[in-house]
Amino acid sequence: MKKIYASATEALDGLLHDGMFIAAGGFGLCGIPELLLEAIRDAGVTDLTFASNNAGVDDFGIGILLQTKQVKKMLSSYVGENDLFMQQYLSGELEIEFNPQGTLAERMRAGGAGIPGFYTRTGVGTQVAEGKEHKEFRGETYIMEEGIFADISIVKAWKADETGNAIFRKTARNFNVPAATCGKVCIMEVEEIVPTGSLDPDLIHLPGIYVHRLIQGEHEKRIEQRTTRKKETA
Amino acid sequence: MPWDRNQMAERAAQELEDGMYVNLGIGIPTLVANYVGEKDITLQSENGMLGMGPFPIEGEEDPDLINAGKQTITELSRTAYFDSATSFGMIRGGKIAAAILGAMEVSEKGDLANWMIPGKLVKGMGGAMDLVAGVGRVIVVMDHTNKKGEPKVLKECTLPLTGKGVVDLIITNLGVLEVDHKGLHIIETAPGVTRDEIKAATEANIV
Repeated sequence: MKKIYASATEALDGLLHDGMFIAAGGFGLCGIPELLLEAIRDAGVTDLTFASNNAGVDDFGIGILLQTKQVKKMLSSYVGENDLFMQQYLSGELEIEFNPQGTLAERMRAGGAGIPGFYTRTGVGTQVAEGKEHKEFRGETYIMEEGIFADISIVKAWKADETGNAIFRKTARNFNVPAATCGKVCIMEVEEIVPTGSLDPDLIHLPGIYVHRLIQGEHEKRIEQRTTRKKETA
Repeated sequence: MPWDRNQMAERAAQELEDGMYVNLGIGIPTLVANYVGEKDITLQSENGMLGMGPFPIEGEEDPDLINAGKQTITELSRTAYFDSATSFGMIRGGKIAAAILGAMEVSEKGDLANWMIPGKLVKGMGGAMDLVAGVGRVIVVMDHTNKKGEPKVLKECTLPLTGKGVVDLIITNLGVLEVDHKGLHIIETAPGVTRDEIKAATEANIV
């Protein structure tokens, strides 16, 4: 069982094709698989569909694949940080399927757990519910949402051991866990690969069964909204 | 004098009770955190955190630690982190006592529109639809009228909805309105604002 690859490009070798469906982790620019996104850009595959909460900014995250017009469709909850996205959407070059954030997360989780559909109250009575099955449970109306089954998952963790057991850091966990589970093949980039046995098994956030290919690399980890307060004077 | 942004946030904070887990939206709702005083309130950030702390001191920003508005923040001794599916599990599952959020329009039936202006603003709903469908109590904090002076509390929303029949309380610069099955009630006025002034600035029927 060899999961460790030397680079993002090598880790994606043989997996990419035009028109494929990719689930990506991250929230805003926090915890995004930045190295794998660059490698997908360099590979030049087109007509991609992404399930990703956001679309990055113009020059970072999924934004770099919008610059090269490699993306056909996005399943996202919020794309307000990306002007390029807006331009391509308004000109009809890019499709968007807005998913409520929790519905998107649960669709990934469900797909990864072998659940093809589930019912939720989120979005009932809104545009999101149009064309979807409605069903009553205990006097309340719910709509059916479908699990996401992606071709590949690309995610970023803090540390992983050589078998892919992974831990995340603070709010960089976000969509990385559900996204990792819903692809046929999951490729994970980490800041550090540590020897197997050096992580506490009780503290693993994502078991290595979900991780097929693993790379270690340097991350820029760009901050989107730097907000601070003045140091309090005692 | 109508309330200013901070006074609206202060009024909203009065709705929070000791021990509550609460989600605050972007804008005026974020200011509510400044007015909880001695009350033991735990803030949830839907990107995967309970126990959200204040903004970091300059130089201590951590790219792995942000709130749902993508701003750098800090953790507290009580903080817990989790993934997005777990985060919305607690939202959808009714574990969060209240959400305080902004709005473009609210109807007299408690319908809320705050995510989209067709042809103009197409950014997405983020977690707003999940929050209003799942949390115990939905409190809207907004100006009573829009920039053109037109009412934002309407008989029916004109913009695409975020949720239907979801709003429990509306706090504006003019006062506080409660939504129940009978309709809208004025339960408080800002100092020097009359009930008639609120009615004049409201399109919806007030019971």
